[in-house]
Amino acid sequence: MAERYFKKEVQSLYLGEGQEFRGEGILAVTKALLQSGISYVAGYQGAPISHLMDVLTDANDILAELGVHFEHSASEATAAATLAASVNYPLRGAVTFKSTVGTNVASDALANLASGGVTGGALIIVGEDYGEGSSIMQERSHAFAMKSQIWLLDPRPNLPSIVRAVEQGFELSEASHTPVMLELRIRACHVHGRFIAKNNVRPEFTLKDAMENPVRDASRVVLPPGSFLHEQEKIHTRWPAAQKFIQENHLNEFFADGAQDFGIILQGGMYNSVVRGLELLGLSNAFGDSKIPLYVLNVTYPLIDAEVTKFCAGKRAVLVVEEGQPDFIEQNLHAILRKAGIATTIFGKDLLTMAGEYTASVVTRGLHKFFASQAPALLDHNHLPRLVQSVGGQQASLPIINAVQPRPPSFCTGCPERPIFTALKLAERELGPHHISSDIGCHLFSILPPFNLGAHTMGYGLGWASAAAFKTNDTSKRTISFMGDGGFWHNGLTSGVGNAVFNQSDSVLVVVDNSYTAATGGQDILSSQALNPIRTTRQPIADAVRGVGVKWVKTITNTYNVAAVRDIFKEALTTKEKGPKVIVAQSECALNEQRRTKPQIKKRIEQGQRVVRERFGVDPDTCTGDHSCIRLSGCPSLTVMPNPDPLRKDPVAAVLDSCIGCGLCGEVAHAARLCPSFFRAEIISNPGRWDRLKNKFRHAVIGMLQRRIDRRLARITA
Amino acid sequence: MSSSQISHAVPPNNPAPSARSINIAVLAMGGEGGGVLADWIVDMAEHSGYLAQTTSVPGVAQRTGSTIYYVELFPEAEAMKAGKPPVMALMPVPGEVDVVIASELMEAGRAITRGLVTPDRTTLIASTNRVFSMTEKTAMGDGRVDAEALLQSGREAAKTFVAYDFASMADETRSVISATLFGALAGSATLPFNGKQFEEAIVRSGISVESSLKAFAAGSQAAIAPASTPAPATKTTIPKIGPALQQLASRVSANFPAASHTIVLAGIQRLADYQDLAYAAEYLDQLDPVKILDQQHGKNSFALLGETARYLALWMSYEDAIRVADLKTRRTRFERVQQEARVESKQLLEINEFLHPRVEEFADILPARLGSWILRTQWVAALINRVTKNGKVLKTTSLSGFLQLYLVASLRRWRRSTLRFKREHQRIHDWLSHVKELAPLDYELALEVAECPRLIKGYGDTYVLGNRNFDALMQALPALRRIKDAAAHLRGLRDAALADDTGAQLAAALKELSIRQEASV
Repeated sequence: MAERYFKKEVQSLYLGEGQEFRGEGILAVTKALLQSGISYVAGYQGAPISHLMDVLTDANDILAELGVHFEHSASEATAAATLAASVNYPLRGAVTFKSTVGTNVASDALANLASGGVTGGALIIVGEDYGEGSSIMQERSHAFAMKSQIWLLDPRPNLPSIVRAVEQGFELSEASHTPVMLELRIRACHVHGRFIAKNNVRPEFTLKDAMENPVRDASRVVLPPGSFLHEQEKIHTRWPAAQKFIQENHLNEFFADGAQDFGIILQGGMYNSVVRGLELLGLSNAFGDSKIPLYVLNVTYPLIDAEVTKFCAGKRAVLVVEEGQPDFIEQNLHAILRKAGIATTIFGKDLLTMAGEYTASVVTRGLHKFFASQAPALLDHNHLPRLVQSVGGQQASLPIINAVQPRPPSFCTGCPERPIFTALKLAERELGPHHISSDIGCHLFSILPPFNLGAHTMGYGLGWASAAAFKTNDTSKRTISFMGDGGFWHNGLTSGVGNAVFNQSDSVLVVVDNSYTAATGGQDILSSQALNPIRTTRQPIADAVRGVGVKWVKTITNTYNVAAVRDIFKEALTTKEKGPKVIVAQSECALNEQRRTKPQIKKRIEQGQRVVRERFGVDPDTCTGDHSCIRLSGCPSLTVMPNPDPLRKDPVAAVLDSCIGCGLCGEVAHAARLCPSFFRAEIISNPGRWDRLKNKFRHAVIGMLQRRIDRRLARITA
Repeated sequence: MSSSQISHAVPPNNPAPSARSINIAVLAMGGEGGGVLADWIVDMAEHSGYLAQTTSVPGVAQRTGSTIYYVELFPEAEAMKAGKPPVMALMPVPGEVDVVIASELMEAGRAITRGLVTPDRTTLIASTNRVFSMTEKTAMGDGRVDAEALLQSGREAAKTFVAYDFASMADETRSVISATLFGALAGSATLPFNGKQFEEAIVRSGISVESSLKAFAAGSQAAIAPASTPAPATKTTIPKIGPALQQLASRVSANFPAASHTIVLAGIQRLADYQDLAYAAEYLDQLDPVKILDQQHGKNSFALLGETARYLALWMSYEDAIRVADLKTRRTRFERVQQEARVESKQLLEINEFLHPRVEEFADILPARLGSWILRTQWVAALINRVTKNGKVLKTTSLSGFLQLYLVASLRRWRRSTLRFKREHQRIHDWLSHVKELAPLDYELALEVAECPRLIKGYGDTYVLGNRNFDALMQALPALRRIKDAAAHLRGLRDAALADDTGAQLAAALKELSIRQEASV
């Protein structure tokens, strides 16, 4: 079960014609899909569209009522291939995944889909994970749209525009027989807003109709001569059809055109930031009534030559606000104007920045530069926003506070992955450092302090594949690779495990099996332990690994046993046995485990059952404040506090109340022979009669002895 | 910063010619309920005639990283008048934020460094509690940043600065920090909503309403109360001396300078507690010559005496198994755990210790000759190591567990004859000799030497490393004395020793020192 529940929110998917919908962007997208009459939807989770998958999961009943089939795809490639249903049949379908990493994985299927073209509307909703909070490289989905000739929508980031883009996306797809990509930036996915709903539509042509009346058209199959035909179709039929549809249905928007002899061309997704910049510079009001002509590209690919030439003709200068590089749009605009013989000067990346996120401040600064050069009279220099004010010709710099340190995300309190890296650190103390290949997932936090383990990450599920080159008989040293259960099922079983078996690798793989795709928000996968009513789970990773031929497979069922994990590492790294070695390290994701068991425990306590809660603690009077425990753990609940001892200066270690008693602190204290300061407190709710009797007896004896100690101490301290 | 006029810097409760949004940024870390707080603000606004938009970047926050929730509010009436909805930004613009709420003090600092807090406009509501960063926590010494510097930057950067420990307040009201911060937002009177409108949002959310409302009220009160910035806590409490120690305490007040009283009194108390009165008296005997030297060569700060007194007391009360057992069996310790684990009256508590003594720790508390024989005799050491290979979990709240520790603690009376006692006192003697020898020649260097035992801490491997580093510094003394600024160099070496737990930086620093020395010869 996923981290966030939308059971309550999905009820708004039932809203009908004229009712007001209020909620998050991703929920609005789901509603728009239902209003568009889709027959199927699939996807693979990953920020920023993880929650879209969670919404769809929680809305599965509602989808089923409308005859919509929903799949958790095995990978983005699977999701994209799912759209094949729209090739031969008038079925509308949508898939969703994170971009550009997911689009990379999907691109084989997308290229084939785009070649043959579609009959039913096919929509690819990509979460453009480019800016703040992104965990991947900064790249653009735009390139994929261009190379495969998939139309790219980048709507203004408000709910009515996003919903309209979904609906028009299907129409555009059908009108041009081309799949359409809808790009949503992270904050747009999570923006809270409202729009007026329409009724949900049950598709007229259903999956049943297709399966009972199969259709095939060899000209749609990607194989010469079909593929040669597709290439011609793209240019001679689909491209013009798309241009015509976009223009006739006003997918792109013009604001205040004619107000000035210069203007701004912007991606739809940049609209709110541009308007805020204009507002701050006194060139728009809060409602977007701009004093500057705006040409808003809700479709960023293809560009509509006629619209571009119309907007630019008669303007001396145009500023292009296009996030990311290369500057595909800016280059395209140059080409269009050059061919049309229009001399409008184009500004863009020279005034904004070439690389990096276009935050509201980057945009505002760029706009200011544009106006300062093109129309200085428009700016009220006495009322400029602080952001662009200059002190003695220099732009004011941001305050610097040395005490502010970076705070990257890390393993949660009680995370079962942490002890794996603690154990590896201890094993390396004995065996020396090794080349460690990382993967995508929470386990990648190992590269950060306090573990500092892991040399590279080459992509999801590619942890073992990216250590493939390290094979030579000249050393007995082995490499260690990591892979999560998510990455394992996504592709790692073949790209990593199968590859290692086939190529007779002698290295070590650790599969971190925490029962969920934890990093994307705790969705279920094949090896999840939870019983999922709509999915098949509980397929052991170790079986799959043996199935492709690995002989040396060890399963750890309790990763918190640091000494045991350390010893398995040592064995894997030193055993005389040659061949690929796989350690499956199992323990449930603590975040999800807590979410699952907390309500149960509360209920049991309320029912009067005996419940033992555990948490760790540090005795401040025996702790000497060297913090080696923290350097082997990094747990958010293990921290420091001022030393209560007036003689000592360094802070002592302390355990916060958020401790869930995972046991790592005690295991580390033992395995690394750290210090005797750690203790585990067991708090027994609703103790039984035997508990109470035992306690009474102990209390009497221990109390007597403690009073003896007290008497001695009372003579020393008043 | 200048207080230049900005066209949009109009207080929200004073309708401007052109309406603009009220902008609120919430900086929080994972699990702190930043999202709940943002949702309450949106719900309140939407029920009070405002349009609201909120955005966030989830995922990062869930995993303890810092993140921003951003909210914009816009008067619905203005939108009606205009006949269309406002265009609201999805992220804050530096200099254009009305309210910044930070759930932690360093996050407040982060908001300032991002330019979100400006003196013409921004109300900064910061909880002064610290959630230490990894860098602060993993330092071998004290890596904590200066909280006062963060507070000062808050005072300078904000138009109104509301600073209070809203986390502890939430704890006291058995609620969450989002509720106390929501209260502080109400109390700051920055938004055009009244207390009732705030409270209704909590009620509508329907989760833990009662405790949230209580926390809300407390937060609101704290924000209204003026000058709520707490003074930094200072701990210069004079130890409370018991009857048996009075005589020694009088000796301290009569013979020692007032500046050193707190530390020296704490010292005698520690050592009487650790061993006995005679041991405390020995401590004063050891300090007497240092005091005289400081009177002769110091500049009346008595820094040398103070630091020597500090580290002598700590070294003399080194943590052997006897001491650990003693501290773990005390009633006050049981009570402290009881409180920390929040054990309620009908619940029971068990305490389990994680002990992992090595053969060295066994030998330490045996009579010196027996102890060193064991360490010398490999088969005995190996035998003991086999028995203690796996750590032991001892239940101190059980009778047998308690009695085992009680027994070890009672070895106290024989401590003077143990192997470790002899060893430590030899080392203490060597160290004190350095201090006393250097005091007349180079007072500053003597002071640095006096502080060097700070390196010796921990148990097991950590303890071994600390001792090794300490010895390396003492061995470097002759070389140091031949160069200029010896004190500063020694301090540099000590910092290097505390910079990592492999000894790499210290090794590098020592190497550099030897090169420098050769060059100066």
